Amino acid sequence: MEKQLVPRLRVDNLFIHGVGPVSLDIEKGECVGLSGPSGSGKSLFLRAIADMEPHGGTICLDGTEQALIPAPAWRRQVGLLPSESRWWSDTVGDHFAMSAASGLNRLGFDAGIMTWPVSRLSSGERQRLALLRLLENKPHLLLLDEPTANLDEETSATVEELIRAYREETDAAVVWVGHQRAQLNRVASRFFAMESGRMISSGGVP
Amino acid sequence: MTSETIFLTPTDLSLAALLVIALALVSRRMGLGLAGQIIVAAFRTALQLCLVGLVLKVVFASINPLLIGCMALVMLVAAAREVVARQKRRFVGWWGFGMGAGSMFVSSFAITTFALAAIIGVDPWYTPQYAIPLLGMMLGNTMTGISLGLDRLTESAWERRSTIEGRLMLGHTWSEAIGEIRRTSVRSAMIPTINSMAAAGLVSLPGMMTGQILAGNPPLEAVKYQILIMFIISAGTGFGALIAVWTGARRLFDERHRLRLDRLKTAGQ
Repeated sequence: MEKQLVPRLRVDNLFIHGVGPVSLDIEKGECVGLSGPSGSGKSLFLRAIADMEPHGGTICLDGTEQALIPAPAWRRQVGLLPSESRWWSDTVGDHFAMSAASGLNRLGFDAGIMTWPVSRLSSGERQRLALLRLLENKPHLLLLDEPTANLDEETSATVEELIRAYREETDAAVVWVGHQRAQLNRVASRFFAMESGRMISSGGVP
Repeated sequence: MTSETIFLTPTDLSLAALLVIALALVSRRMGLGLAGQIIVAAFRTALQLCLVGLVLKVVFASINPLLIGCMALVMLVAAAREVVARQKRRFVGWWGFGMGAGSMFVSSFAITTFALAAIIGVDPWYTPQYAIPLLGMMLGNTMTGISLGLDRLTESAWERRSTIEGRLMLGHTWSEAIGEIRRTSVRSAMIPTINSMAAAGLVSLPGMMTGQILAGNPPLEAVKYQILIMFIISAGTGFGALIAVWTGARRLFDERHRLRLDRLKTAGQ
């Protein structure tokens, strides 16, 4: 019974570089859409939840406070996908812990792509593979910073589908930062807007 | 066996100075913007070396451990300041200075002491005629290595910050995220000394050896000392750079494995 009451993510009085205070609960399996003009603090908010920036306030994942979990373990559970993916080694396969064959198929890749040099990937391919790489950690919470900004409509749909499937399989929660209202309406059930460092509810299930 | 040492007169040095003045004039004509710097640097060389000559005269005259210790400390502080001055992006606060001073203290002082006490075996081990020049050479060379290593570290971390953060976001530890940069930084610190070991004698006669030969010592004796110097310089530079780069890399992250580039500031700010 008690377990049901613990939200996946609880943000309480979060402050970070002029953003805040933000307080917010996100339930298991829920997808929350976040929009707002650039520079309003959306990315900063995601970075604070992933513990990439020093911040004030408390953040709990499944009832456990951020400070109690070693940072690398926290970031494996709270997967932040930046709007531009990062690659540090020459071949694609070097960036994956194990073979991610099933996910590859779902995103329209064949296993051979693991031997490709990263430089051969298009920005859309990079973004999809970056998502796959992130899902390898089996995060309980996904923080997506404009995940389909560089993708065409068809690929965007595949990415949306992959995230929806992952959410349903694992009960992971998602914070989806995006600009397209139509897309947010498709993927999210609750909406927030960030305006000069303040977070305002903008509709959806209360 | 050897000819008598020829002492240089002020006139001899003035002739050499003419060459530097000529260089300054040429660079002024070519608009290199270096003329002033050349003259100032030449003046500093003359003045600083003369002062050191006077100080050494006093220090050598009495084997006073306190005096020698003070001299060594002044040399260390000067070298650490130089390390900071050569960084484009410096650690904020005392860290930049402390990292340079700390790593040079551990590597140069420890290895020089070892060389004096265990290898050369002078009695007492701090005999200034041996201790001061040896320490000077160690500090001069480790200083170069450490500043190269730290400069490479901070510059690469700055340029590749988003890649480092990309790895942190995937749950890599700070050490994994900076590992490759840390290795290349130590490599770039060590390579000059390794190269100079490889080229010694073929391309150039190292300064100390040249000095000993000019002073009339048998070449083979000079060579043995030079080999010793090359060995301890390489060890000192290598270990010093390792310590400095490892401490520096640690300082770039906080206890929550966040990349903290706010701990760096650009030179001149």
